[in-house]
Amino acid sequence: MMVELGHFALILALVLSLAQSVLPMLGARRNDERLMAVGTPAALTVLALVALAFAALTMANVLSDFSVKTVFENSHSQKPLLYKFTGVWGNHEGSMLLWVLILSFFTALVGLFGNNLPQTLKANVLGVQAWIGTAFLLFIVATSNPFARLEPAPIEGRDLNPILQDIGLAIHPPLLYLGYVGFSVCFSFAIAALVDGRIDAAWARWVRPWTLTAWIFLTGGIAMGSYWAYYELGWGGWWFWDPVENASFMPWLAGTALLHSALVMEKRSALKIWTVLLALLTFSLSLLGTFLVRSGVLTSVHTFATDPGRGLFILAILVIFIGGSLALFAWRAGTLAPGGLFQPISREGALVLNNLFLTTATATVLVGTLYPLLLEALTGEKISVGAPFFNLTFGPLMLPLLAAVPFGPLLAWKRGDLLAVGQRLMTAFLIALLVTGAVLYQTSASAVLAALGIGLAAWLMLGALTDLALKAGIGRGKTGAGVMLQRLAGLPRSVFGTALAHFGLGITLLGIVATTAFSTESVLVMRPGESIRAGGHTLRFEKIEPVKGPNFTEEQGHFTLLDDAGAPRSRFIAAKRYFPVREMQTTEAGITTFLFSQVYVALGDTPAPDGAPDAGVVVRIWYKPLVTLIWLGAVAMMLGGICSLLDRRLRVGAPARRSLSSGSLPAKTAVAKTGAAKTAQASRSVQS
Amino acid sequence: MTRKQKRLTVIGGGLFVLAIAAGLVLFALQQRIAFFRMPSDIQAADVSSGSRFRLGGLVEKGSVSRGPGSRISFAVTDTAKSIAVTYDGILPDLFREEQGVVVEGSFAEGGAFVADSVLAKHDENYMPKDVADGLKAKGVWREEPKP
Repeated sequence: MMVELGHFALILALVLSLAQSVLPMLGARRNDERLMAVGTPAALTVLALVALAFAALTMANVLSDFSVKTVFENSHSQKPLLYKFTGVWGNHEGSMLLWVLILSFFTALVGLFGNNLPQTLKANVLGVQAWIGTAFLLFIVATSNPFARLEPAPIEGRDLNPILQDIGLAIHPPLLYLGYVGFSVCFSFAIAALVDGRIDAAWARWVRPWTLTAWIFLTGGIAMGSYWAYYELGWGGWWFWDPVENASFMPWLAGTALLHSALVMEKRSALKIWTVLLALLTFSLSLLGTFLVRSGVLTSVHTFATDPGRGLFILAILVIFIGGSLALFAWRAGTLAPGGLFQPISREGALVLNNLFLTTATATVLVGTLYPLLLEALTGEKISVGAPFFNLTFGPLMLPLLAAVPFGPLLAWKRGDLLAVGQRLMTAFLIALLVTGAVLYQTSASAVLAALGIGLAAWLMLGALTDLALKAGIGRGKTGAGVMLQRLAGLPRSVFGTALAHFGLGITLLGIVATTAFSTESVLVMRPGESIRAGGHTLRFEKIEPVKGPNFTEEQGHFTLLDDAGAPRSRFIAAKRYFPVREMQTTEAGITTFLFSQVYVALGDTPAPDGAPDAGVVVRIWYKPLVTLIWLGAVAMMLGGICSLLDRRLRVGAPARRSLSSGSLPAKTAVAKTGAAKTAQASRSVQS
Repeated sequence: MTRKQKRLTVIGGGLFVLAIAAGLVLFALQQRIAFFRMPSDIQAADVSSGSRFRLGGLVEKGSVSRGPGSRISFAVTDTAKSIAVTYDGILPDLFREEQGVVVEGSFAEGGAFVADSVLAKHDENYMPKDVADGLKAKGVWREEPKP
């Protein structure tokens, strides 16, 4: 009953979404307020209906209703409760439902918080959001119905893919989708601007928080996915340049570019047309990502069994939305007024450079991801494009960008002085140089690249700190520490956001370089009681024992990491799990963290399967120095984003509302407002 | 600078970066990609040149032998021809005889294929797409029985 209700709600949402995609835009065209007013309640109701459908599917999963096909194929009565919840989106149908749920959530947010938007802009944005919603709801209802029933109902389900039976499934897909789909709002704003033929700094002030929000989630989603793959697959790698990873990385790169160009547009109302194009491209790449993952055209760990009909359907959505939006852009971009002027050496210039490198890097990733598909379609020749390709193309493009990052925030708007900025960064540069030298001295001369990489990371982090220090006036004049702290606290939050995010970038880079250059790996046969050196510590293999879990059996290998004195420092377990329902085996890596480094152990087979029990097992042991910094850096970037989001300047539409009502304000408040404006001005001059 | 000069600077810089990127991509696409081959597609030139590629097929029945240490040898076959492969490391969780596998590496002196990675698709059908397509093309594909 609940299942049918969910199915019905989904169809109702489709119909209502269709109405929402037509009526508000029609109203905006005819300047009919009643039609425009349809948008918000429609958006809220669509959200309620999709949420109802999602709740129905969740209930079917939790209650193990195997008469529902997706539940039968991806669940099992013995499956732990957490995975009964997360298993809802651990398959194609449920995953698409989550996608639409998040889309309608964002649409509803625009409807709820968009009251200070120009009425036609809001109506158009809600309309475009509903186009996307309608397309994907139609896709679900027509090709991927999560509520399809089985007759007769099976007694037991086929269980969830064991790889997915992990806490990672609870976090990674929702975060990733919040990011992917969050960019739809930017897309809708861009389309609405093109339809209106009008765009201004207020538009950018609106788009930036949405971009930032989506970007924060996407950063988290990618980092979480990377860590999940790292500990779950047992290969010790954290990024494989797998097409599906690229699919999520491309919107991130484009979104990062968008974040920076929206800044220029908001502050200086320049780069308008480019920002609109980036907003369109970013969500187009999200759609492309959805297509690549969901259509099954790629060989990847992420693809589920799919049928060609679905691929064609998503391809059609892709062509209509990307082609349509770009055509609209080509047609209407000319109507947008060009913006302010600036010298090439200026904050704007630096942000253009950022955009140039980020979009070019996105393009190389796109080529590397799509080229194998294209080549196979054209010639039938099968190739794989992997890490060697991306290291050679993506790497060199990132290096100049990273080297330039500390300059950006220190350059003045409009016309900057590179020499003066260089002088200010001299301390940071010298320390980074020292770090490079120290690393070279500590390691062998062969680690030149690694030393340079670590130097670059230090440069990034110190550059971010320099930025903060200079803006707080530290080191300038003889002021007390108290005053400096006060000044530091008085800085706009977006300054902290920038510094923190750039600092995080440095942290991630440090983790990547250290792990890539100084990891050690050994593969060997170990018997219980034997020890091995790993990363300056001794690792002892204690015992191996069979354990029975709720829906699996496992062989647990117990390990102890000893410190130099021979005292146990940490004990941990690496295991091989066997899931009888799917006849699948998974590797549960044993990981122990000390400071930022990790020792990572993966169990293999016994060398002689029918041999003696004390024959030992094959183990693969990695020492990964500073590996956790890769993800901690991403966390710092997210925190930077959140900091920036909390900035008063970005509190959505706040200035617009004030300026509207300022005429009716009593004199006293008006004075207070001017005071606030002065403070804002002052902080802005500090910033530049 | 005039407006035109500024614009030219930006466009010039953009084209410069794009040209470098395009050059890198073209170079990398010639040098850094691995072709996919089934055992019977392998030419004598592949063996002697030592170039990297991906070899896909089924793990031949009875060919897997372990040791010494963590070394594993097995044969990859497409039923017409089979190639001996050695690999040092831990096999993917679903490595089984008579199941699909893709290994990446190159031929060593003496004609044995030395794999540095063994790839597996993580699903219960355990058949990498490239291998399935290759087997279908050779007419030795059989559908997995549905449970």
